[in-house]
Amino acid sequence: MANTLPDNWNKLTPEQKLDWRLAAWSSPEGKPLNTPQAVANFTAATRRYIDVLKLREPDRVPRTLILGDYVAHYAGSNPGEFFYDYPKAIAATIKFCKDFDIEYGAGGNFMPGKLFDRLGYRLYRWPGGALAPTQGFQFVEGEYMTADEYDALIADPESFAMRVFTPRVMGALGGLGMVPSFFGTVELPFVPFMLAGFSAPPTHEAFKALLEANQIVLEWFGANAQLGAVTMGEMGLPGTMGGFSKAPFDYLGDSLRGTRGIMMDMYRRPAKVLAAVERLVPMAIQMGVGAANGSGTPFAMLPLHKGADGFMSNADFKKFYWPTLKATIEGIAQEGVVPMMFVEGGYNQRLDIIAESGLPKAATMWIFDQTDMAQAKAKFGSWACIGGNVPASLFKAGTPEQIGDYVKKLVDVCAPGGGFFLSPGAVLDQAKAENVHAYLKTAKDLGVYR
Amino acid sequence: MSQQLINAITEMQEEEAVALAQQMLDEGASPSAVLDACKQAMDVIGQRFEKGECFIPELILAGEMLSQVAKIVKPHIQQEAAEKKLGKVVVGTVAGDIHDIAKDIVVFMLDINGFEVTDLGVDVPVAKFVEAVKATGAKIVGLSGFLTLAYDPMKETTAAVKALDPEVKVMVGGGQIDEQIREYTGADAYGKDAMAAVAIAKGWA
Repeated sequence: MANTLPDNWNKLTPEQKLDWRLAAWSSPEGKPLNTPQAVANFTAATRRYIDVLKLREPDRVPRTLILGDYVAHYAGSNPGEFFYDYPKAIAATIKFCKDFDIEYGAGGNFMPGKLFDRLGYRLYRWPGGALAPTQGFQFVEGEYMTADEYDALIADPESFAMRVFTPRVMGALGGLGMVPSFFGTVELPFVPFMLAGFSAPPTHEAFKALLEANQIVLEWFGANAQLGAVTMGEMGLPGTMGGFSKAPFDYLGDSLRGTRGIMMDMYRRPAKVLAAVERLVPMAIQMGVGAANGSGTPFAMLPLHKGADGFMSNADFKKFYWPTLKATIEGIAQEGVVPMMFVEGGYNQRLDIIAESGLPKAATMWIFDQTDMAQAKAKFGSWACIGGNVPASLFKAGTPEQIGDYVKKLVDVCAPGGGFFLSPGAVLDQAKAENVHAYLKTAKDLGVYR
Repeated sequence: MSQQLINAITEMQEEEAVALAQQMLDEGASPSAVLDACKQAMDVIGQRFEKGECFIPELILAGEMLSQVAKIVKPHIQQEAAEKKLGKVVVGTVAGDIHDIAKDIVVFMLDINGFEVTDLGVDVPVAKFVEAVKATGAKIVGLSGFLTLAYDPMKETTAAVKALDPEVKVMVGGGQIDEQIREYTGADAYGKDAMAAVAIAKGWA
């Protein structure tokens, strides 16, 4: 639920902004919490989360999940139904939330499939679309921006996103490429000529598609509200994901140039890569902050991809990847939103670089995947909270005893002093129910501070 | 000059490497001398990769340099020299998973290290792996998968190729694959990166 920021917002410090947002997020006031139990759960879970962020000892270790298709699989539904059959997806998600002893909202991959159909989205394939209903949505690797388009991107990244990239990855929005400049708004005689620029039929089609797509999203919001009436209203499970953003290098490398393209650009045109990632920082900040403003949940997740160990040298990480990611993290934190880095792969070679870079204290969250958690605790513990690292493989192929042992070791190493939350290291698409139960129970039993 | 070519490739001097290869041919060097230099350069890059001194950009750029050199060498080759191969390997990303980057790097490194590789692409059904093993007589199969949805198809594929020929060895790798999943799938080995795949395959060849 959106918050209206106070009038003196621009005079507040980043800490005051963060505290204002956290207070609004964690307050039961104005939330659709319908039972005393829901209020109690909500209050305890949000307080626990804030304690961890602030590097204080909570009552016990907060237990989070990063859920993908597992919610659907567990409840006897499938990923295709989670894209196309809202009532089934809602029922399945409620079943999941009730069957497991969780304390934060758990969405799974509940997505508006019709939206991607309407837009003709080509950047992904999804279940019930080009993929079988049993499969998970997947990215389609490609070169969506050519090497000679760097100057156009750098000159105006927002225009490039709208007029060049979007028409390539959304077939129904091809007409956005013909949308004229809005420079003409400034003088009365200019305006008619500016509007004449909207005459092309593909532009009309694109705007029609956008309106219909927006309608689909609003319906999907309605379905989410129905789900929230149960998970929030009855169970008091707070949402912890307010929005998303990306590292500028990943925006450029994952989505625009593709892996092969960006890796060769690092040698063939390094100056262009650096200029481009710098130009993308304000957009990356705005994306994280804007979504948190809209949702009222002041946490923005940044899934990190191409900066992982093995992808590039530390020298290249320091040159190409980290400076603009750091600027993005700082920019988001400056507005009182918590950047939550989902650090995919291993980051063992990068911990020192990040720890020594002077990021604000008690203002960021780090979910690690295959990073050594003792090292992460030693290097991040004094200034940022950490979690993650319970392997996806263990959820699928391990036993309850094995996963219990793993959680116990993590709690022993990372929980002392606070600043630790339990999380898987990767999105859960596949798991055994008994392993998820063991994961949750072990941390509840052993992660108690007082 | 072949040492200069080796250096140009290992130092990622793309234009210089291609120019040197052309110069060698112009000055009468045999195509095989040029290709040998490329191979030596790749050995150096492979060793650096293993030691954590070079990374994905270098592997991808080296691959690009090699394909450019191969293009200029090709017209000079009278007949394909029958190179002795270490063995045949069938590689693919398992059913349901459409990721190809890591798989492509493994294919490239196996190829450059002397294996005859059959690349089945991505989202490869179990039956296609079985057919390829049957058709090629390969004794090594490499299964790639980025997502956790690859776990079960990897298990099914491993069982199917071993049912066809119990002597076939299977290696698995990818983003969320580890020793636990190796055991789960019944595969013979797990490799964490492309050089690990080469070392495992060499051990079996």
